[in-house]
Amino acid sequence: MLYSEKVLDHFSNPRNVGEIEDADGVGEIGNAKCGDIMKMYLKIDDGIITDAKFKTFGCGAAVATSSMATELIKGKSIDDALKLTNQAVVEALDGLPAVKIHCSVLAEQAVRSALSDYYTRQGIDPLPIVGEIKEPEE
Amino acid sequence: MEKRFIYADNAATTAVSEEVLNAMLPHFRTAFGNASSIYKLGRDAQRDVEDAREKVAKALGAEPKEIFFTSCGSESDNWAIKGMAENMAKKGKKHIITSVFEHHAVLHTCEYLEKHGFEITYVPVSDKGLIDPEDVRKAIREDTGLVTIMYANNEIGTIQPIEEIAAVCHEKGVVFHTDAVQAVGHVEIDVKKQGIDMLSLSGHKIHAQKGIGALYVRKGITLPNLIHGGAQERNRRAGTENVPAIVGLGVAIEAATRNIAEKAAIITPRRNRLIDGILQLPYTRLNGDRDKRLPGNLNISIEGIEGESLLLMLDLNGICASSGSACTSGSLDPSHVLLSIGLKHEVAHGSLRLSIEEDVTDEDIDYILEVIPRVVDRLRSMSPVWEKMMKGEKYE
Repeated sequence: MLYSEKVLDHFSNPRNVGEIEDADGVGEIGNAKCGDIMKMYLKIDDGIITDAKFKTFGCGAAVATSSMATELIKGKSIDDALKLTNQAVVEALDGLPAVKIHCSVLAEQAVRSALSDYYTRQGIDPLPIVGEIKEPEE
Repeated sequence: MEKRFIYADNAATTAVSEEVLNAMLPHFRTAFGNASSIYKLGRDAQRDVEDAREKVAKALGAEPKEIFFTSCGSESDNWAIKGMAENMAKKGKKHIITSVFEHHAVLHTCEYLEKHGFEITYVPVSDKGLIDPEDVRKAIREDTGLVTIMYANNEIGTIQPIEEIAAVCHEKGVVFHTDAVQAVGHVEIDVKKQGIDMLSLSGHKIHAQKGIGALYVRKGITLPNLIHGGAQERNRRAGTENVPAIVGLGVAIEAATRNIAEKAAIITPRRNRLIDGILQLPYTRLNGDRDKRLPGNLNISIEGIEGESLLLMLDLNGICASSGSACTSGSLDPSHVLLSIGLKHEVAHGSLRLSIEEDVTDEDIDYILEVIPRVVDRLRSMSPVWEKMMKGEKYE
């Protein structure tokens, strides 16, 4: 398994690990049976993601993609965060082995899941804005 | 504690020993002859190949002409099983028995044969990772021609009751093959006393180089030729002999089987200290029977974390280890071995295999026992699964 230096860096020194007590949106994706679970916490102020934290159960790539995803959305608007693709996460990590691409999809979906929760808490139907959250296939 | 480098993955591969390397080196530049050549350089090569064959035979309690050199353990397994299947087909037999937790070299070969008209019975293993010879007996049918059961499991290290299984096979006149890749050099093997008809072994697990293996085939069993061509390996497997590798295997197996009991006496207490130390962590379990296992093997499930992350963390701390998680098996499913002994997927994902030899010192054990709890704590602190476990919630 050949990981890039960036993946190893984000694995061994993950950014934004932890929880946000008074998060405005919390999302969780994956299942332990498949071996990957990501939980994403967002603090949102006036449409801007002011803080993002995560907890992840999974392989090196799962930890690194969670870490990178939080870095990519922190300080961004919700609109920008919704545009985050798994490909952008992969590129920011200087690539992932083919068998690990699904981890980047999980990271993308974890962000959307947290944003979906944010809208639900606001009493707004998230579906038209965020779309369907894709759970990984078993 | 100062960072160390500890190789604790000898079940994956081993370093070529100095003794083996020194024996091999002349065969690259000076004693480089083709063993089939008539002049002295060739005759010398042939003598060295036959000398190595004698060493392998002696280590197994076999006769030299019952030993065939191959390129690896997988090749030996493939030859034994597919070759026997071909023999069986001629006699109208189409049933083979194996176990659910064999190495893929055996399992995938059996699955291949299933697609070609053979019927395979996969006997179960107990939650301790042991096969019951009675299950083998019950599975034998009129048209059973081969039983293939591994000597010791590659992941959990459990040693199977080989002699009893062989006895059951012979009662019914069925040929018995064992994949002994993990067992050779770690347990005493005597193919005649134990009634083993065919046995596969690999060089790189016992400090020979990668790319050399052997298959023992009992006198009286004739396998179809594996590679057609020249007269090497008594016509069975053509191709110019890999003389340096064969010589290395001879030296390696002689060294590995020289003092099995003494090595075990050193390794077992250290391995046990590792087991007891790691099991101090909450939500951990030892996989496989504690006593009927290879001296250097331990396999422990650590709940709430995932195996590949654990391996990467251990690597950052200089420790080479292995896991049965999906991520390390290259598929979405965790190890078939861990599932076969009844582990749930989520528990199997967090497994750790260490396989040590006597070069791992007591200080190294101290170091591993200092690193593992620290790394596990760190991974658990960032694991949503662990968080749920601690809150008493289900996480499936």
